Amino acid sequence: MTLRSYVIGRILLTIPMILLLLTLVFIIVRILPGDPVLVHFEKKATPAMIEEFRHQLGLDKPLEQQYGDYLLGLLRGDLGKSMADFSSVGQQIFTAFPATLELSIFSMIIAVLLGVFLGARASRSYNSVEDHSIRVFGIVSYAIPVFFLGMVFQLIFGIGLHILPTGGRISPGMEPHGLALGDFRFSTGLYTVDSVLEGDPSKLFATLRYLLLPSLTLGIVLSGIFVRLTRSNMLETLRLDFVTAARARGLSERAVLYGYALRNAFLPILTMMGLQFAALLAGAILTETTFSWPGLGRYLVDRIAFRDYTAIQGAIVFFGLLVALVSLVVDILYAYLDPRIRL
Amino acid sequence: MTDTQTRGRIVVQLIPGLASLRKRGLAGWFAVIGLAMVFVVVLMTATAPWISPHDPNEIGTGPVLGPPSLSFPLGTNHLGQDMLSRLIWGGSTMLQVAALSVLVCFIVGVPVGLLTSYAGGLVDRSASLAMDSIYAFPGLVLAIAIAAMLGPGVVNMSLSIAVVYVPSYYRIVRSQVLSIKELPYVEAARTLGASGRSTLLRYILPNVLPSVVAVATVNFADAILTAAGLTFVGLGLPISTPDWGWDLTYGRRLLPSGAWWVITFPGLMIVILALGFAFVGEGLSELLNPKLEQ
Repeated sequence: MTLRSYVIGRILLTIPMILLLLTLVFIIVRILPGDPVLVHFEKKATPAMIEEFRHQLGLDKPLEQQYGDYLLGLLRGDLGKSMADFSSVGQQIFTAFPATLELSIFSMIIAVLLGVFLGARASRSYNSVEDHSIRVFGIVSYAIPVFFLGMVFQLIFGIGLHILPTGGRISPGMEPHGLALGDFRFSTGLYTVDSVLEGDPSKLFATLRYLLLPSLTLGIVLSGIFVRLTRSNMLETLRLDFVTAARARGLSERAVLYGYALRNAFLPILTMMGLQFAALLAGAILTETTFSWPGLGRYLVDRIAFRDYTAIQGAIVFFGLLVALVSLVVDILYAYLDPRIRL
Repeated sequence: MTDTQTRGRIVVQLIPGLASLRKRGLAGWFAVIGLAMVFVVVLMTATAPWISPHDPNEIGTGPVLGPPSLSFPLGTNHLGQDMLSRLIWGGSTMLQVAALSVLVCFIVGVPVGLLTSYAGGLVDRSASLAMDSIYAFPGLVLAIAIAAMLGPGVVNMSLSIAVVYVPSYYRIVRSQVLSIKELPYVEAARTLGASGRSTLLRYILPNVLPSVVAVATVNFADAILTAAGLTFVGLGLPISTPDWGWDLTYGRRLLPSGAWWVITFPGLMIVILALGFAFVGEGLSELLNPKLEQ
């Protein structure tokens, strides 16, 4: 199979998956017991008010028509109107997304660096105390609720030592504005990038200070899987003939380990980064809530408190689409790098 | 009859397995330590009415936000409730939710996986697609969606967690069935005239179950963490139920006062319980797949 036909086939497979996902969300929100409008008001409204509200949101239409409207709306990029303030859910999600993206990118970097470093060390000292401790670290990091770790960090570095902020994305008034050349303005919403574009090192420093604890928290929790993956892959590679040959030729242990064995682990690590994307988003929801980080996860949690069902549905659909898209890209990238996949 | 036989055989296989666990190196130690951790938590929860020094819900048992002291070894919270008593009682919700969701996953995931993958063809492909769609979805997000709609309660919480993890069971069962059903002994059974039903139950299922048990143990840890996460985003049980997840959630608001004891102990309990199951799962999967660790 050529790369082209693989890509086309993979895209075609994504369409029914997304459709299934959208239907699942629709079923959860509209068909499961529990009327969104009633739950929203918690019995404090007159029947007439409830009818009016239901009409405004289009919930009085037949189910199949609601389903059609919902899919058509999504095609136009319309995620509906919030039940709490009647503003566009899509707009709110796009405003909140860069904060989540920035947190996710930094957490992923920390997770991979920490995981690969520890995994490589463990494989070098196979079956030693160091190896065992690193393996235990991998399992412990998996079993810690991310918000608990976050709170422990807040207690130590924020409340105890007073060296790092415990919440928020940046202190008020310090938000970087991005590139401004005359009338031309450009900002990404990623504060690190924006403060570099603005050319203000103090803002970059402030941004990083606020980013450090949340991304470290999420990064550590996600690093376990990379420790395990790097360790097992390198152990496998270190047994292969070409590694023995390299050693026999007199290459240093360092060169063998990092130049030969680690290189072979890159492809699985890349795949795992794609697979962990869903876990990353789930972790981001809890991390954002812990650190009052104004991203998508916090938006979702806030809306749960308001029982704002259109917003909840919108955020969930957005998360789902994002994960489907990332896994598509990773699969294509993988097929490009490893031609065996296409067979 | 077949069913009891199968179950019996598995139990019989597990017992000598347990006895020789410690002789099997690190994996065995993982399993033993993990089992011990889980056992301690279960024992503490089961004996809560007798060992708990105070009523976990009684307001004003001690001072407001009192640090650990001789009379209140783990301190008190903002309502003056004894944290030690809340800790002792607080595990039961987590254990119930985890056990119930694992049970639901088992009851749904295993038969669906067995039947659809044994049938093959279109049935198998559509089931695969549906399960993969759920599997690809960020688990916590899906659980949040379902829990938000179903409302609070142990059963609802367990169901919303179960939906997320059914695909893991389905996938492991499917991969096992696909490889086992082509093995000569299964073919021999079929040639000798075994019906589809007895092939599945007597020849395939017993070989699928050990992997499912390993998945289920790790799944216990996942379910506990997801339940804690659901509580943290405000979808937990009513306040009247002592629950580690709830104490941790509320403790976040008390952090600025420096009341470290309010979050540290319930948090550690969740870690111990999840870690216990994760250790058992790690040990079991290695003991069941000795090829992985050479």
